Amino acid sequence: MKLVLKIWRQKNADAKGTFATYRMDDVSPEMSFLEMLDSLNKKLVEENKDPVAFDHDCREGICGSCGMFINGHPHGPVPAITTCHLSMRYFRDGDTIWIEPWRAKPFPVIKDLIVDRSAFDKIQSAGGFISINTGAAPEANSILAKKKNADDAFDSSICIGCGACVAACKNASAMLFVSAKISQFALLPQGRIEAKERVREMVEKMDELGFGSCSNSGACEAECPKQIKLTNIARLNREYYKAF
Amino acid sequence: MDAINKQGKKAIENKYGNLFEMYKTITGIDPYEEPMRIYPAGHYTMGGLWVDYELMTTIPGLYAIGESNFSDHGANRLGASSLMQAAGDGYFVLPNTISNFLANDIRTPRIQTSSPEFVEAEKSSTERLNKLLSIKGRQNASSFHKRLGKIMWDYVGMTRNEAGLNKALGMIRELQKEFWKDLNIPGTAGELNMELEKAGRVADYLELTQLLIADALDRKESCGAHFREEFKTDDGEALRNDKDYAYVAAWEFAGEGKPHILHKEELKFEEVEMKVRSYK
Ligand code: SF4
Ligand code: FES
Repeated sequence: MKLVLKIWRQKNADAKGTFATYRMDDVSPEMSFLEMLDSLNKKLVEENKDPVAFDHDCREGICGSCGMFINGHPHGPVPAITTCHLSMRYFRDGDTIWIEPWRAKPFPVIKDLIVDRSAFDKIQSAGGFISINTGAAPEANSILAKKKNADDAFDSSICIGCGACVAACKNASAMLFVSAKISQFALLPQGRIEAKERVREMVEKMDELGFGSCSNSGACEAECPKQIKLTNIARLNREYYKAF
Repeated sequence: MDAINKQGKKAIENKYGNLFEMYKTITGIDPYEEPMRIYPAGHYTMGGLWVDYELMTTIPGLYAIGESNFSDHGANRLGASSLMQAAGDGYFVLPNTISNFLANDIRTPRIQTSSPEFVEAEKSSTERLNKLLSIKGRQNASSFHKRLGKIMWDYVGMTRNEAGLNKALGMIRELQKEFWKDLNIPGTAGELNMELEKAGRVADYLELTQLLIADALDRKESCGAHFREEFKTDDGEALRNDKDYAYVAAWEFAGEGKPHILHKEELKFEEVEMKVRSYK
């Protein structure tokens, strides 16, 4: 198929960005979205032009690095998948596709479509872990967890830290991400021990880094590629109130 | 289809619901209606960096843990062995061993960037980057990566034979020459340059794949993920040769362009007896 791409080009964090137009003549519907961008870059390099910088690693929906806005949607128009899983089948011959980086103050653009998501790492290292002595094996069945809780904790733990929730939110709030990280521990006995410090410190870090507040629009849930539920945010709020 | 007919759609959905949903979104085919298209693919590289029992490489102070080392998985990585290794190395082994190194290193003063070792390392890295950047050919790194992948897929897959391995070796040497003549990396080293980063990796892959082939040629038996077509039983199963090959091959880098040196680490079993795994 033939496509027109309008891609955000920005040399670095300080430079002013702008949309550039590229014409693609032979896109196969079997390609993934990232393969389509690969083929654009192959062409650009052959013409000795600067290729489009975009982030990617696993290309199987688990690392969270391939986020970008596609036609106004984080990770593209298809719900519940990452950009790397987006197939070109979902586009039509002759389509114009607008491709932009995440736009949120705590995620500054590094180049073109790549943003700096290290703010998420900072929130994680403020409390998104369990302190435990390593070196010896604990008895496997000494701490029991309810099946329901274990399942819910698992559903929260599949958040890949991609940042689509922040990008989708009009307030650039990181509540969905933080609530997923809080929930995965809050629901399990191993996580209860440090639950109070964890929620206090992660929320404090989130605010300090300039993420906005949650106003319950639900855009994050609609755009999250891993279908992290809004109920996590309710749990985060409850945990936070209990922590003082 | 058999399983759906026997156990009912609901039972299959409980087990594989997420996976099937994902498959449908990506491929556009409903796996409950049509058989899934499944193809074996290279997933892991067997082996990794040599480490001692403390997980330290041959470079003092440089530890390699998890999938990057060779230590735990034997001749095949089975499902979740990467997870086992990450957990095992990180949780049980390293906390008990790295302190042996750190206990001495705590007296090492802060290392200055003016030290001769640092200056030398910086110089050689800069030279390597400049060498890649100055080729100024036509093709990007990914094109070479793709072609290398195709050669590996065709001749160095799960089944391989001597003729194919030798052929692949020749093709990769040619590709490597072409890489160093016709690679193009727009931009400079002083900015975020994804092409440069990728080129560095592909340059390494072009070397590593030749070592993989040398090792596969050397091991004249079938074992784990290494199935040499010349060595199989009458009914087509892998034929191991424990008399000659019951060792881990540790290949030492002998310098650029020189053949690697083989060190054999014998496999000795005291409590258990070595057996052939049967899938029948
Ligand atoms: S909650 Fe969803 S959108 Fe937000 S970082 Fe996690 S996976 Fe991405
Ligand atoms: S590249 Fe890892 S999630 Fe898309």
